[in-house]
Amino acid sequence: MWRDKIVTMANQIATFFASAPREEGVAGLAEHINNFWDPRMRAQLFAAVEDGAGGLQPLVLEAAARIRRPPIACRQNL
Amino acid sequence: MSLVLETDFGTPASRSEKSVTLVIDGNAVTVPEGTSIMRAAMEAGTQIPKLCATDMVDAFGSCRLCLVEIEGRAGTPSSCTTPVAPGMVVHTQTGRLKAIRRGVMELYISDHPLDCLTCAANGDCELQDMAGAVGLRDVRYGQDGANHVKAREGGEANFRWMAKDESNPYFTYDPSKCIVCSRCVRACQEVQGTFALTIEGSGFGSRVSPGAHERFFDSECVSCGACVQACPTATLTEKSVIDIGQPGHSVVTTCAYCGVGCSFKAEMRGEELVRMVPWKDGKANRGHSCVKGRFAWGYATHRDRITKPMIRASIADPWTEVSWDKAFAHVASEFRRIQDKYGRGAVGGITSSRCTNEETYLVQKLIRAGFGNNNVDTCARVCHSPTGYGLGKAFGTSAGTQDFDSVEQTDVVMVIGANPTDGHPVFASRLKKRLRQGAKLIVVDPRKIDLVRSPHIEAAVHLPLRPGANVAIMTALAHVIVTECLVNEAFVRERCDWSEFSDWAAFVSEAKHSPEAVEALTGVKAEDVRKAARLYATGGNGAIYYGLGVTEHSQGSTTVMAIANLAMATGNIGRPGVGVNPLRGQNNVQGSCDMGSFPHELPGYRHLSQDATRDIFEKLWDVTLDPEPGLRIPNMLDAAVEGTFKGIYIQGEDILQSDPDTHHVSAGLEAMECVVVHDLFLNETANYAHVFLPGSTFLEKDGTFTNAERRINRVRKVMTPKNGLADWEVTQGLAQAFGLNWAYTHPSQIMNEIAMTTPSFAGVSYDHLDQAGSVQWPCNEKNPQGTPIMHVDGFVRGKGKFINTEYVATEERTGPRFPLLLTTGRILSQYNVGAQTRRTENVRWHDEDVLEIHPHDAEQRGVNDGDFVRLASRSGETTLRAVITERVAPGVVYTTFHHPGTQANVVTTDFSDWATNCPEYKVTAVQVAPSNGPSVWQADYDEQARKARRIAPLEAAE
Repeated sequence: MWRDKIVTMANQIATFFASAPREEGVAGLAEHINNFWDPRMRAQLFAAVEDGAGGLQPLVLEAAARIRRPPIACRQNL
Repeated sequence: MSLVLETDFGTPASRSEKSVTLVIDGNAVTVPEGTSIMRAAMEAGTQIPKLCATDMVDAFGSCRLCLVEIEGRAGTPSSCTTPVAPGMVVHTQTGRLKAIRRGVMELYISDHPLDCLTCAANGDCELQDMAGAVGLRDVRYGQDGANHVKAREGGEANFRWMAKDESNPYFTYDPSKCIVCSRCVRACQEVQGTFALTIEGSGFGSRVSPGAHERFFDSECVSCGACVQACPTATLTEKSVIDIGQPGHSVVTTCAYCGVGCSFKAEMRGEELVRMVPWKDGKANRGHSCVKGRFAWGYATHRDRITKPMIRASIADPWTEVSWDKAFAHVASEFRRIQDKYGRGAVGGITSSRCTNEETYLVQKLIRAGFGNNNVDTCARVCHSPTGYGLGKAFGTSAGTQDFDSVEQTDVVMVIGANPTDGHPVFASRLKKRLRQGAKLIVVDPRKIDLVRSPHIEAAVHLPLRPGANVAIMTALAHVIVTECLVNEAFVRERCDWSEFSDWAAFVSEAKHSPEAVEALTGVKAEDVRKAARLYATGGNGAIYYGLGVTEHSQGSTTVMAIANLAMATGNIGRPGVGVNPLRGQNNVQGSCDMGSFPHELPGYRHLSQDATRDIFEKLWDVTLDPEPGLRIPNMLDAAVEGTFKGIYIQGEDILQSDPDTHHVSAGLEAMECVVVHDLFLNETANYAHVFLPGSTFLEKDGTFTNAERRINRVRKVMTPKNGLADWEVTQGLAQAFGLNWAYTHPSQIMNEIAMTTPSFAGVSYDHLDQAGSVQWPCNEKNPQGTPIMHVDGFVRGKGKFINTEYVATEERTGPRFPLLLTTGRILSQYNVGAQTRRTENVRWHDEDVLEIHPHDAEQRGVNDGDFVRLASRSGETTLRAVITERVAPGVVYTTFHHPGTQANVVTTDFSDWATNCPEYKVTAVQVAPSNGPSVWQADYDEQARKARRIAPLEAAE
């Protein structure tokens, strides 16, 4: 359930950055999530990415490589 | 301690920079041009007798007591209405003047009761003072004959006499004591701007009348207290003064209601508060107040206050009172147990935007240093977090750009998504004063708020946009400014990044952003948008004031950036009279943000990822700080439902009532194993708490609040905390139980620590505040006296940044099931969740939340005025009474969230701002239908709340 919300939130952020030039948008999105998201939230995001990208906007997928991977402990809770 | 006495100079100060020298009673006096003789004399220490003059209102010249003689001029002009002139020679005391004044006083006293000993104004009566000053020894006319004093005379009813009007819960109007000086009438007009009072009748029959011969409570009076403050006699008197007597000492402190941050004198007798009187030297309010700060402080001694700590194993159990030490130890052991079992990040806390800076700082310190994580957030999450993000991106700091005085130099005011006459009433009075002087007003709001049209105020343009269309409207305004060549190019070239501007200008110029193109979606006539844009861009000093109608949307942060774009494009930044001014909701929401209450940043808005910043605190606190951002309030609740967040310490917030989607909040709280609520009352959130720590009021502690203009004001203790500890002491007790070696003995030491670690507060100390009265941060070596206006010589971030603001419709859309849009707000007499104001006589003005609905929508649904209606969204439903009004547009309904019984937030959804998770309170798709009574949810909730508030009786001592 939380994962669905996380996907929505990531997509909302992507929508904002969509009006910036592509490179700036990808960097901005990744920076935003790195700056404001608790590791648990990032873990949910990576789980969604690894699930096969269900519902995530392309900009999120592109930015994922630049988003800090949360510590393993966080990911184990999923 | 003694009373803080304020000098009444009789007439307002002149702003002129040119000075004039004259001679008063043989002494040369130099004052600014335009000063009255009365004021000039007072500044030189000579008090000319007066009754109708007071420096809170303009001179009137009616009492004929302040007459003077001027050499070379005929007659005896009144000193209040006569301006000084160079070389003028004035005599304030001559045989002729003495005789006239005595004669005038005789007439006054011949129609005034002589019950001075038992009069509530005894000790604070200007009429009595003047009788003494003019040497009144007898009244030749006697007390008989026509009068307004006696109810009956010679067995006959006296038709001139009127009974006291006791209808206002906070003050009485005794017409028999009125001297018709008009001070109250003028205060209502000039200071408050409500025009509720007038003088009815003429000559001897004239008297003060609220509305058209109505009772105060039934009139337009908003109970701000300005008339009571202006009254020189006992005609308008606080009921608390009638009840207790005149105060003996007073202390200057700061109101704990809204973000205006008014300075008050708490006037005391012993530890009993007699009254709160606005302090003339308070730079936010300049001697004015509203019904909340002036009168609604009775909650501080309300019987519902909890004064002992309490714990319980389960929320189904009644509470058990325990000692402070036991409560602290219990919290520490529970939180440690939770952390051992679920991980370090499984606990967190919420700092209070109602508590002091010092207390807020300590809560975030406890969480970062004691809990070892960054799961700290504050009420700003649900109000102005988009301001922080948006202005931070555009200007380099989240700070509002102006001080409140700035409005006095504004030519065009744009109010967006704010309702200052209800939400920020004292600022609204200052704004209305400026509007009456001729400044133009643009209102951008779905509702026809009072500012759109009220006595002597009318908006030049009202843009009644559909809720959720903010970005579209703002971008359309920018479209007009750019395409009609109204950009202040010199400003943009000098202050902003030109290439970013060019990119933005091209973006907003696209045809799809024109007012005509977005008309269907915003519901606003394109011509009005064009008119507003032209006025703002070309009308002189343009200032934007905005509130939660901007921030509490899915695109809240985007709208804030769009506002910043407009201000930069028109050059309305960096001088008095202009700027971007967020009107903050709670008294210390600015301060709580400044103090590092957000999960991603340390005090002073420095991101956790900065090694140098972490290093400062790590060294001082002797801990290692987690560099990862923590959870925000909505994320905490999500994590709780998910099972990874299990304990929370909530200081002075009632998230169950104030946060959106109540079902989700209660599910989150219910999933936690240790909820600690620290508050004055068993609030709604406490229904889900396992530990209750009683809080203290703003009257019971020392500290500082920071208002919407970044002004740091002192809060001063006037009475002993009923619960035994100030809130900072409670947090310290908790910290000690967590093994932290805190040993603060006074909040000034906490402020010193803040100053030591936070550059924008480097120059702040209690000594400095005591000496300066207040300062606006940044206050440091560069700006030792603080910073009234930001970005004067350039933006904090360097070049101002234009950001493209694409409109994206919220996911929350109307449809066949939910065809109306609900938007929410507040009302003058109530404050936030109402925990304080519901426990005062303010409930007389607003005892339940009602649903405003347009006649057209009401008719379609068969809803009559006053009917109970069911308000349903996809999140939940509640019932409340309908009020049919054209203040809302067709298709839009509105309500407030002050009462737990009618919780609007059962209906609001979990959508939130994309950048900050600030909830989208302002847009919920709903349906309205007639109803017979409370919803199932309301009935269940009442039962649960009743059970959750039980306190186990103490066992008899052996």
